[in-house]
Amino acid sequence: MDLRSLSVHEAHFGRLPVVDGPRIGKPGSLVHELEKSGLRGRGGGWFPTARKVHAVVESAAARRAWSAGRKPVVIANAMEGEPASSKDAILLRHNPHLVLDGVTALAATLGAEKAYIAIHRGSPIIDVVTRALADRNDPVTIELVTPPARYVSSEESALSHWIGDGVGTPVFGKRPFERGVNDRPTAVQNAETMAHIGLIARFGGEWFASVGEPTAPGTCLVSVSGVVNSPGVIEVAVGTPVSEIINRCNGFSGESSGFLTGGYGGAWVSQDSLMAAHWSPDSVAAAGGVIGAGILWALDARTCPLHEVARVAHWMAGESAGQCGPCRFGLPSLADDLDVIAGKHAQMSDVHRLNARLPLVQMRGGCKHPDGTARFIGTAMHVFQAEVAHHLRGHCCATTSGTALPIAGMRPSPVGFPGKDFK
Amino acid sequence: MSDLTELRLDPTLCDAHGFCVEILPELFTLDEWGYPLMNSGTLVTAVPADLVSAAKKAVAACPVAALRLHKHKR
Ligand SMILES: Cc1cc2nc3c(=O)[nH]c(=O)nc-3n(C[C@H](O)[C@H](O)[C@H](O)COP(=O)(O)O)c2cc1C
Ligand code: SF4
Ligand code: SF4
Repeated sequence: MDLRSLSVHEAHFGRLPVVDGPRIGKPGSLVHELEKSGLRGRGGGWFPTARKVHAVVESAAARRAWSAGRKPVVIANAMEGEPASSKDAILLRHNPHLVLDGVTALAATLGAEKAYIAIHRGSPIIDVVTRALADRNDPVTIELVTPPARYVSSEESALSHWIGDGVGTPVFGKRPFERGVNDRPTAVQNAETMAHIGLIARFGGEWFASVGEPTAPGTCLVSVSGVVNSPGVIEVAVGTPVSEIINRCNGFSGESSGFLTGGYGGAWVSQDSLMAAHWSPDSVAAAGGVIGAGILWALDARTCPLHEVARVAHWMAGESAGQCGPCRFGLPSLADDLDVIAGKHAQMSDVHRLNARLPLVQMRGGCKHPDGTARFIGTAMHVFQAEVAHHLRGHCCATTSGTALPIAGMRPSPVGFPGKDFK
Repeated sequence: MSDLTELRLDPTLCDAHGFCVEILPELFTLDEWGYPLMNSGTLVTAVPADLVSAAKKAVAACPVAALRLHKHKR
C-alpha cells in the first residue's frame, strides 16, 4: 500500500473532515477533541498540545489578530535535528499526507493564513514531501521551507526567525505562540504530533486516548539504535515496557554499557534502570532519563563511552548559535574537559572542574541548547562513573577505536557568530 | 503590599562588558568567560529595595541594553 498517493491515503484513513475555525473548546471542535485526547507534543518537550493551541488562540484574540490581518501561522517541525532520530523522516517518507492533514486541520482551527512544513536543507525527504504537496489542494496552502541543517535552527523560535527573517538563530524572550513568524501568533508542532492531530481530527480524542497512559495517551514513535539486532523506528503505545521495545528490535546484538534516552539533548541511564522502566515520560524520568524526541540508543560496550560523550559534546558545542556567552564559551570548555577525562592523563581535578562548570551553562542561555547538552554530559558522568574511575587510573576499557554515536549528516562547524553561519 | 522588582538579562545581547557587575557586585559576579553570573544562577534575579537605584544605574550603563527591570505587584 503506497500511502504517498493521496487517493490511497484517503481510501485507507478516510477523508479529512472539514475542521471549523476557532470555536475553542466547543463540543465537536478540534480543540475539544485535542483536549479529550490528552495529546502531548512529540518534538521533545511532551507539552500538552491543546494547551499550546489555546495559548495561540488567546494571544491572537488579545491582539485581534484575525481582523487586523495578522492571522496566526502554523509550522510543522520536521527538522529532526537529533542525529540519532529518524522517526520524522520515516513517518514522512511513508505517510506524508497524514502529517499534512494535521497541518491543515490545525490551520483551520486556528483560522491561520499561512502554514509551513520545515525540513532541514539537504534532507532526502524533501522530494517526497514536495510530491505530496503537489497532489493536495488545501484551503490554507502549506509551504515547504528548508532551514539550514543546524541543531539549534530546529528550535521553535529559530524556525519562526528563519521563516520570517531568513536567520535561523533562536530568539530570546519571544515565545512563538505570542510572537512567532513576523511577530504573529505561531503554533509550532513536531511532525509526529501533526500526524496524531490528523488522526484525532478523523477519529476523535477518545479513540486516541484508548491506548497509552492516562498522563500521556496514544502511541509514539521510537528510534531504536545501537547494539540491537534490528535497529529502526517502531511505533509503540506510550507506557510499553522498555524490555518489550528491545524485544521488538529482536533483542540485543551485543553488550551495552548504558542507554542514551532522548538524544544529545537527553540523558544517559544505566541498562538495569531503563530495562525495568516503561516508555512513558514519567517512568523514564523516574529511571533518570527523558523520552525527548523518542530516542533510545544502547551504547556498544566495546567503545569508550567517555570518548563518545566527548565527541558528541564537541559537536553540540559547534552547533551553538554563538549568541550567548555561557553557551558559546561554556560548551567548548565542557567538551575540552571531557577530552582530558577520556584521555590517558585524567585527574580528579579535571572531573571537579567539569562538575563545577556544568551548572554555569544551565538556565543561562537564550534557548535550552546548553541545558540539554549539560544534561547529556552530567548524566554520562554519573552512569559511566566506573569508566571515569578507570581513566583516573590511566586505563581505558575500550576494545575498539571505532565510534558508535552518529554526528554525520548534520554539518559540524566551529563556534559560529550570530546570523552568519545560519543563513 | 509591596512591589517586587526583578532584574532580567537577555543573554543573546550581553557582550560581557561587565559594567553591570562593577555597579552591582551584590547581585552579580563574572563567570570564568567574563559574562555576568546572577546570584540566582539564572537570567532573573530579585532586586532588594535598597538596591533598586543601583540596579537602575546598571541598566542604564549596559551598552547593549541587555538588562531590564520588571516590577510585579505582590
Ligand atoms: C536546541 C533545540 C533543538 C530542537 N530541535 C527540534 C527538532 O529537531 N524537532 C522538533 O520537532 N523539535 C525540536 N525542538 C523543540 C521545539 O523547540 C518545539 O518545542 C517543538 O517543535 C514543539 O513541537 P511539539 O509540541 O509537537 O513537541 C528543539 C528544541 C531545542 C531547544
Ligand atoms: S543558548 Fe546557545 S544555541 Fe541557544 S540562543 Fe544562546 S547561543 Fe544560541
Ligand atoms: S553591562 Fe550589559 S553587556 Fe556588559 S556584562 Fe552587563 S549585561 Fe552584559
